[in-house]
Amino acid sequence: MTTGPHAESTTAASDPGALSRRRLLGVAGAGALAGAAGLGGFGVAQAQQEDNSPDAGLGYAFHGEHQAGIVTPAQDRLHFASFDVTTDSRDALVALLRAWTEAAAAMTAGKAVGSATATSYDSPPGDTGEALGLPPAGLTLTFGFGPTLFEKDGVDRFGLRDRRPAGLRRLPHFPGDDLDPARSDGDLCVQACANDPQVAVHAIRNLARIGFGTVAVRWAQLGFGRTSSTSRSQQTPRNLLGFKDGTANLKAEETADLETFVWVGHDDDPAARWLAGGSYLVARRINMHIETWDRTSLREQEALVGRDRAHGAPLSGGTEHTEPDLDLQGSAGPLVPLNSHVRLAHPTQNDGTRMLRRGYNFTDGSDSLGRLDAGLFFVAFVRDPDRHYVPMQNQLSAKDGLMEYLQHTGSGLWAVPPGVRPGEYVGQALFA
Amino acid sequence: MKILPTAAACALLAVPLTACSLTQSNKSDGAEGSGPITVTSSATACELSSTKAGSGRVTFRIKNTGSKVTEFYLYAEDGKRIVGEVENIGPGLTRDLVVSVAPGTYVTACKPGMEGDGIRGKLTVTDSGRKSSVADVDQETLEHATESYADYVKQEADALLEGTTQFVAAYRSGDDAKARSLYPTARQHWERIEPVAESFGDLDPKMDLREADLEQGQKWTGWHLLEKDLWPPAKGYTALNRAQRATYAQDLLANTKTLHTRVQTQTYDVTHLGNGSKELMDEVATGKITGEEEIWSHTDLWDFQANVDGARTAFELLEPILAVKDHDLEEQIDERFDDLQKLLDQYRSGDGFVSYDTVTPEQRKQLSDAVNALAEPLSKMTGAVTA
Repeated sequence: MTTGPHAESTTAASDPGALSRRRLLGVAGAGALAGAAGLGGFGVAQAQQEDNSPDAGLGYAFHGEHQAGIVTPAQDRLHFASFDVTTDSRDALVALLRAWTEAAAAMTAGKAVGSATATSYDSPPGDTGEALGLPPAGLTLTFGFGPTLFEKDGVDRFGLRDRRPAGLRRLPHFPGDDLDPARSDGDLCVQACANDPQVAVHAIRNLARIGFGTVAVRWAQLGFGRTSSTSRSQQTPRNLLGFKDGTANLKAEETADLETFVWVGHDDDPAARWLAGGSYLVARRINMHIETWDRTSLREQEALVGRDRAHGAPLSGGTEHTEPDLDLQGSAGPLVPLNSHVRLAHPTQNDGTRMLRRGYNFTDGSDSLGRLDAGLFFVAFVRDPDRHYVPMQNQLSAKDGLMEYLQHTGSGLWAVPPGVRPGEYVGQALFA
Repeated sequence: MKILPTAAACALLAVPLTACSLTQSNKSDGAEGSGPITVTSSATACELSSTKAGSGRVTFRIKNTGSKVTEFYLYAEDGKRIVGEVENIGPGLTRDLVVSVAPGTYVTACKPGMEGDGIRGKLTVTDSGRKSSVADVDQETLEHATESYADYVKQEADALLEGTTQFVAAYRSGDDAKARSLYPTARQHWERIEPVAESFGDLDPKMDLREADLEQGQKWTGWHLLEKDLWPPAKGYTALNRAQRATYAQDLLANTKTLHTRVQTQTYDVTHLGNGSKELMDEVATGKITGEEEIWSHTDLWDFQANVDGARTAFELLEPILAVKDHDLEEQIDERFDDLQKLLDQYRSGDGFVSYDTVTPEQRKQLSDAVNALAEPLSKMTGAVTA
């Protein structure tokens, strides 16, 4: 069992000691959700939700075989944070992971942080408060460990060096990369996704607060709109280029492909067996040259993407979910052009690789020239970055015609440990 | 330095002059006609929602309901001269064709499978009553524009070859001061015809790649390698030795000769001029304004000026056509070229320009605003001259 949606109940009312953000789900909604969980077990609320108005009351279980926030139907909002560990103490690091686990379990259930412990009127409240009264809003918190947690500048900081997964290295330089160190890498990462931005921000804020003295935020990114659907129950959203993105995304229902391309297998890396059932999180902050893109003819836009803008159908014809015919010829070469994004990202051009992407549109206002500082905060979960991410990105960076309008400005790779069982803390097997 | 945009590549190869359908003006003063004419192109039929239209701008919305790739053509009454066309419509897809038509009789055709004469029909265009100052843009005007552009590219390629020859000679002989003075002026000839140069996907990365754009393991050659060697960073850089200099200089010159040879036979249509003009302003907006293009030499303003020169040349060649098709747009672009040039002139120094690292953030913003003001209407030029 993984991250089944759990219907919030009325227990808050009979548990008056706990500060709670719980809200009733409608009876019909709760029943439908439970039914969906029983069928698929992947936390997919099959068609129970209006795509554009996600149910804020929806909640996902924190505990499970895999961490939530990977195959969970992509929520609308993101607050992603990368942390540097500031302590040398392994015990302090473990204590933080315990505290984060406890807080994460509470927050994803719609409860306030530290609500089990009463605080003095003369103390600051345990929870920062801005999410009081709000429902869980589908909050998921997904934790990852960066390469530098295992070894930094040649130093085995926490006795973890020998347990670093082989695939967990800083991503290579890709053509056209213009990475800002202040927006890249980090010892730990937390991906907070929710259907209410206030809930996502609340989660990162409280985790950062708990971490003071042990970790410090290195960088963070807000995402305001999902650009991927990770379930068939969801419509394909649009990215800031104005096109549907992630039509061919790997989805929660495709369990066999998830095993092949997302979840780290038991024998993938015997030296790092703690990661089995986990995954790797690739994050890339991809700025778009919005203004020049907007001046580009529809002909060129569609040729670069390889899909029609109106419906997302491949240029070889059909509708959005029609498989592109990469061989179909037009009057001057294939209808899906050789340097189009759809072609270059297609599994047949990438050794059969499929990817589970979970990206978000972002904007951080405007730059000093008045141009939108905006783009795609790309997030993908892969089983083996060296096979399932790096080759594809090299190909896209080198050949994708869209690169004319893109610039990668941030990057990071983290190992995402498997899900947490009740009583455990996140990543516990690594420290065992 | 950038990857070739598909449209430019296809256009260079594929679009015949006639595809531009520059036959009539559509400067009507009234509203558009009533909605688009829907064309349903199936395996066996080519059905138009109406076989009548008012003169002026007409939109056809072609839906391919067949299983093969289809095309739609609007011919003049003779059934031969192409007034407008849309190609490569995949099965199930819908695409618009916008053309301006004068009163008269026209022939429509769907070509499922992209073969033969197609399934033909008739379209009658009546006087819409809207003022429609229809004026012919004759074939001669079109040919003059495209042929003049070909001449311009060849001239610039000649000058590029000459300038590069002198530059690499100075560089090889170790006369760095001379090489530094020749670098920006030789490169201006490249920057004026950059969309054409970039269309040669094999040459562009060898000649104009920036260090940041290298793929892992890819060998760096070309202008910017020499730039870095002539304006080396203060720390952590090992200067090229004489033999290395000779190798890289020879390589740049050889590639320049290849480019020079290739442009001798290159032909263009009006979409090249329009899109090329727009792409040059994109280059300014993304590479020059930010100072990323010439990160070591800071000679970005030479490139900036050259990009503007190239864009303006293409615009001016299309201007007689645009003046007929969309006079307001033509005037607006013209004015904004002037505005940008005035601003750029403030940075002239001697025969060239000030170093870009002396241009303040506020000044860069001002330049950027002027580029945006020009690039936005300029991006509408291709559509206007081909409609």
